[in-house]
Amino acid sequence: MGRKIIEMVDVIRSKNAGPYEITFDLIFKDFKSYQEVRDAGVITRELIADLYRITPDQIVSIINFDPARAIKITIIRSLSAGAVGERDVYGAQQHAPLLGIEI
Amino acid sequence: MEELRILSPTAILGYGFPEESFRRGLAQNPQLIAVDGGSTDPGPYYLGAGVSFTDRAAVKRDLQLMIKAGKERSVPVLVGTAGGAGGRVHLDWCAGIVEEIAGEQGLSLKVALIDAEFSKEEVIENYRQGKLDPLFPAGEITIKDIEDSSRIVGQMGVEPIIQALQEEVDVVLAGRAYDPTVFAASAIKAGFPAGLALHMGKILECASIAADPGSGSDCMLGRLKNDSFILEALNPQRRCTITSVAAHSLYEKSNPLRLSGPGGTIDLSECRFEQLDQRQVKVTGSKFIIAKDYTIKLEGAKMVGYRTISIAGCRDPIMITQIEQIMAGVKGMVKDNFTGLRKEDYRLLFRIYGKNGVMGSLEPVKEFKSHELGIIIEVVAKTQQLANTICSFARSAMLHYGYPGRVATAGNLAFPYSPSDFKAGQVYQFSLHHLLKVEDPLKYFPIIFKLYGKGVGR
Repeated sequence: MGRKIIEMVDVIRSKNAGPYEITFDLIFKDFKSYQEVRDAGVITRELIADLYRITPDQIVSIINFDPARAIKITIIRSLSAGAVGERDVYGAQQHAPLLGIEI
Repeated sequence: MEELRILSPTAILGYGFPEESFRRGLAQNPQLIAVDGGSTDPGPYYLGAGVSFTDRAAVKRDLQLMIKAGKERSVPVLVGTAGGAGGRVHLDWCAGIVEEIAGEQGLSLKVALIDAEFSKEEVIENYRQGKLDPLFPAGEITIKDIEDSSRIVGQMGVEPIIQALQEEVDVVLAGRAYDPTVFAASAIKAGFPAGLALHMGKILECASIAADPGSGSDCMLGRLKNDSFILEALNPQRRCTITSVAAHSLYEKSNPLRLSGPGGTIDLSECRFEQLDQRQVKVTGSKFIIAKDYTIKLEGAKMVGYRTISIAGCRDPIMITQIEQIMAGVKGMVKDNFTGLRKEDYRLLFRIYGKNGVMGSLEPVKEFKSHELGIIIEVVAKTQQLANTICSFARSAMLHYGYPGRVATAGNLAFPYSPSDFKAGQVYQFSLHHLLKVEDPLKYFPIIFKLYGKGVGR
C-alpha cells in the first residue's frame, strides 16, 4: 500500500519509562488508521530491531492500546538515564527512525 | 461525597502557571490543590547530590499562590516528591520555602512532612531477608552497591498521605511519592474507587501536558465521581481531547494496560474515554487490582566520578570526513601522555553532534552530510583535578591534531567560549531500581507535623 505512517498519526514520540527503558508512542488520528496498522502487523520486533540496530531481545514489548488508538513500543536502554556516556537523559529524542515507517 | 474536585496547577512544582488559569480553577471550588514536585527524569544527579532540579525562586512563586489560595478557602495543599527527588534533604529544602512563605505572608500553617528516605542499614537488612527484587530491566545488586549509594528513597503509596490527612493540616509535603498519590489519597480516604482516583492522579500529575496544545506550565482540573472522572484544561486556549488524555495515560509507562504502583496495579484494559464537550473528557472503567504483596519502589544513586567538558565546533570539510580517526588519535595521545593512569581512573568521550550525538549506537543514519559538527569533549575521572587535566590535554591535542590532507594548520576547533573547559562537578548514576516487599505501607514513611508562621513561638 505504501502509506506513510506520519500521515496517519497525531503523535510519534519517545520518553523514559523509568531510568532503564525508553518507550515509544504512536497515536493514530482515527480508529480506522490505528486498526489498519494494528491489523497489518507491520510494527514488529523485527522492524524495531532493524530501525534501531538492536537485537529483538532488547525490545521489552509492543502493545496495542485500543482506548487510545495507540501502539506502544518499549526498549531497554543500553545505559541507564544519566549514566556516563548516555546521550538523552529524558529519552525524548529517540523517535526519529519511526517517522519513516510505511504501511 | 458525590464529587471531588482537584486543582493541579502545574506539571512540576516550579514550572509555573498563569494566574488566570489558576483563578478559573479556584472558581470551581476545588476541595484539594495538589502538585507533583519531582521525577527521576532529570537523571540521577539530583537524587545523589541532594539538590533540586527546579529553581528555588520559581518553586516559592508557585507555592505561595497555592498556599495563599488554599488557606483562604481552607483547602489542603499537597506536594508529592518534594524538592524534586524526594530525599530528606529535598523535603527539608521545600519545608524551608513553606516556612518562609508563612513568615512573609503572615500565615499560620500546620504542615505535615512525610519522610521517604531509607537508611542503607534498612535496605541492607531487607536485602539480606530477600525482600528486595530488581525491577526489570535493572540487574541484580550486591550489598556493596547499596553501601556505595549516596542516597536511597522509596516511592510511598497513598497510605502515609491518608495518615497525614487524618489531622487538620494546611500543607502536606511528601518525600518521594508515586506520582498519582497526592491526587488520589484524599479521594481514596473519602471512599472513591481507587482505580479511578489513581488514574485521574496519573493524568493530573502532569497538569496541562495532557491537554491540547500541551503545556507543562498550566492548570488542569479533575472532577472525580463514583463511576467516572472528568478532566478540564483551565486555560481557555487549551482543551482536553480523547487523544490528549488517552495519550497521557500512556505517558512514561511501558505498558498502558497495567500501570504498576505501590500496593497494586491500575488496570486500563476496559477504560473508555468520551468527549463531553469542546474542552472536557470523561473517563470510565479504570480499575485497581490489589497486589498479593505490597511493594515499594526504591531508587538510589551513587557517585561515579567528576566531569569536565569542553565544547567546540568544526567547519572544515576535510576534518569532518576523518572525525572517527581523529577521535581515536586523540585518545591514543592521552594514553601515551599519562602512562601512570589506569583504565578505571578516567573515561574520555567525544559527542559529535551532526553525526550521532543524539542517538549514538541507536542511530540508523550512518552516512552524514553535515557541513559542520558540534563536538563535546567529555572526561569523567576519579577526581575533579584529573578530569580537568585530561580534558585540557585532549582539547589541545584535538585543536592541533595533524590529520592527513590537513590544510587549515592554525587550529581544528572553533571554541565559542573562553574559558573553553567547564567543570561539571560530581557525576552520579542510578544504583537501585528495586521493589521492596513491605508488610506495612506506613512503616518506612514517618510523618512529623510542624507549625510555621504567625503565632508560632520560636
